[in-house]
Amino acid sequence: MARKKGRMSQEVNAGSMADIAFLLLIFFLVTTTIASDKGILNILPPKQDPNVPPPEIKLNERNIFNILVNANDQLLVEGEYRENTAGLSEDVKDFLLNFGNPDEEALALFNSLPQSLRNRAKRESSSSDHPMSGGAVVSIKTNRGTSYEVYLDVFDQVKKAYFEIYGERVGLSAEQYRTLTGKTPAEKELMDRGKEGIPMAISIAEPDKIGGN
Amino acid sequence: MSKFKKKTNTSQSIPTSALPDIIFMLLFFFMVTTVLRESDILVEQKLPQMTQLQKLEKKTLISYLYVGKPKNTALYGTEPRIQANDVLIGTKDILLWVNQEKDKLSEAERDQITVSMKVDKEVKMGPISDIQFELREADARKLLYASTGRIEN
Repeated sequence: MARKKGRMSQEVNAGSMADIAFLLLIFFLVTTTIASDKGILNILPPKQDPNVPPPEIKLNERNIFNILVNANDQLLVEGEYRENTAGLSEDVKDFLLNFGNPDEEALALFNSLPQSLRNRAKRESSSSDHPMSGGAVVSIKTNRGTSYEVYLDVFDQVKKAYFEIYGERVGLSAEQYRTLTGKTPAEKELMDRGKEGIPMAISIAEPDKIGGN
Repeated sequence: MSKFKKKTNTSQSIPTSALPDIIFMLLFFFMVTTVLRESDILVEQKLPQMTQLQKLEKKTLISYLYVGKPKNTALYGTEPRIQANDVLIGTKDILLWVNQEKDKLSEAERDQITVSMKVDKEVKMGPISDIQFELREADARKLLYASTGRIEN
């Protein structure tokens, strides 16, 4: 008896293992969709309590960068008519970096900016006071008939202006800054340093009831 | 002559014992990255192309809303509709849907829920703003406008 056992082959035939693995592999290859959760992030404002009147925020007209998009997808940027969004991010950047009427805090912020941004910063009193909160707001207003793509394009351009400023502050390109996730403390620190004092103030107004349903 | 003889002496077979390991490695890669699609998409989905894209890290926090013209126009009409999970819903149902999605998350993560809106290019702003209003009501304020990348020129 013992002899018989000993004679039997102790190895499992593993030749077909590769075939089985191949079969599974092909199944997963076919069913896989490498999920791409990419997009443009937006934080909506908190909901309004009907019992509490909306807080009145007094902002000077010069501190608001108005972008209107009508139902024909035409743009009105700061009162000027435009066909498309080309160059919009540069204008937004100029607006954000304008120190028309800075207070002490804003001056400190100005001094902390890198040279390249400081060179860009203008001191026009007709434009925004300073880039800190309450100083510069970008307002996007659409009609109900505006196409989503154009709205997103405008939003994209405004975000681009912000990312370029943030990136430049920490010595990264806008692209590199955007890919920071804040997972590691070092990345988080970079992100915070880029954003510090310049909050992303993008206001999206309730659309007009024109051209929609 | 002797040269030829030597050649014939060498083994002609390639060792294939490591092949299953390689295949298994590939298999595991695809098993980990795969996301089995649990719902058919009933609306048209041509995402807009944008430049300033950001990636979301925590996939578990994301819930998807698909907006677009229904593929089956005979049944659902041609107006843009909202799809959540695998059914088309009305704007008013979003509140309920968000609360259901929130229930799936653990208590600590509930306020971090992110809604990824996959909106077709052709949609107008009207329905979008309605959805955004409902999301504000439902207190799901983190929003991602899903879009594909575009090469800047």
